[in-house]
Amino acid sequence: MFDLSPQEWIAVQLSLRVALVATVVALPFGVAVAYLLARKDFWGKSLLDALVHLPLVLPPVVTGYLLLITLGRRAPIGAWLAEHLGLVFSFRWTGAALACGVMAFPLVVRPIRLSIEAIDRRLEEASSTLGANGFWVFATITLPLALPGIIAGAMLGFAKALGEFGATITFVSNIPGETQTISAAIYTLTQVPDGDRAAMQLVLVSVVISVAALVASEWLARRAQTRLHGS
Amino acid sequence: MLSVQVEKNLGSFSVNARFDSEGGVTALFGPSGAGKTSIINMIAGLMTPDRGRIALDDLVLFDSAAGIDMKVAQRRIGTVFQEGRLFPHMSIRHNLDYGRWMGGHPADPATFAHAVDLLNIGQLLDRRPGKLSGGERQRVAVGRALLMRPRLLLLDEPLASLDAGRKDDILPYLERLRDEAKVPMIYVSHDANEVKRIASRVVRVESGKVVATGGVEFLN
Repeated sequence: MFDLSPQEWIAVQLSLRVALVATVVALPFGVAVAYLLARKDFWGKSLLDALVHLPLVLPPVVTGYLLLITLGRRAPIGAWLAEHLGLVFSFRWTGAALACGVMAFPLVVRPIRLSIEAIDRRLEEASSTLGANGFWVFATITLPLALPGIIAGAMLGFAKALGEFGATITFVSNIPGETQTISAAIYTLTQVPDGDRAAMQLVLVSVVISVAALVASEWLARRAQTRLHGS
Repeated sequence: MLSVQVEKNLGSFSVNARFDSEGGVTALFGPSGAGKTSIINMIAGLMTPDRGRIALDDLVLFDSAAGIDMKVAQRRIGTVFQEGRLFPHMSIRHNLDYGRWMGGHPADPATFAHAVDLLNIGQLLDRRPGKLSGGERQRVAVGRALLMRPRLLLLDEPLASLDAGRKDDILPYLERLRDEAKVPMIYVSHDANEVKRIASRVVRVESGKVVATGGVEFLN
């Protein structure tokens, strides 16, 4: 019964690639923003906080449209990036990854921020009395102690990126082989007669991927906990 | 010689303390809430005085008039906190080695072994701090501060979190530390018996001020 067409397989692979790239690229930015929000006081902090959360509250179509009019090929920033860095987002899988990364970003930041806020700052003081400068305090104390939050953020971000639909389809459309992710492929299949069987198969595939991701993150979180506090 | 002269307004009360310490062990002695920990934090660099000067021999750690405020990480002042503050995600061995790494010193197995032996923590090296008893934790905290090759050791009520029996278990180690490690120490405590056993000189602190200094005999 399980016979995905080559095109559907490509959609599955593309979804995984898009979600993975979106998560990996969003993660360092997520850690940096979470650290800023958790620890620093600066002018415009609430603005940054609002900006980070915006994709969570805006209709995804709006986020996708905003990406289109700023990073599209003829949009000012998009044209500049294409000309100077050869970086093209519109109607490419990279654009899908960008849209997914933006949509996932608030979910990446939140758990990391919470776990940084929960760190006992007296441990960081102790590390500085032992000769660690700001960078080493962060690298050897803050970052490892925030690991459970970082794993949770990565997991949530990946899940969100995998399921993203509205912003992606608005920004980079629904081109088989280039920007058609599982969600977009399922949507397309539900719009054509006799598409139900194939749609159901893709639904099963996405359930399997999601469950696998959940199990993997549980396992990683347990490992991190053991590493942090000993077995 | 450590010379301290600090003023700091802490809202509900203020610290205005001046004292010198000539090597050996100097106790900062006084009731809870007298500002002893604030003074220690200012020496370590974790709290910035409003005004004053802190110097260790020729090295000026802080001088408000001259605009000097050396960073905590550069002071090389080993600090043992009340609660130990061991790093939970590192083994005891890595906790002990942390100061040496950060200082960029090469491994020195003889010094390491000596400190481990002095504090009798050899059997703990591969464990995590979470599994240690209070007394073990404080011995490791002392070792960690000692192994960073400090210019000065600050011990902030290292026994306060332990029950009476445990205190007597640890005091001998601190006495050995005093006699064998040639590092000047500031020992904060509100317990006269502890101070009499450890210290050679006493600075009495009350309500943020130094009210008396002298030998341990004036505690009698």
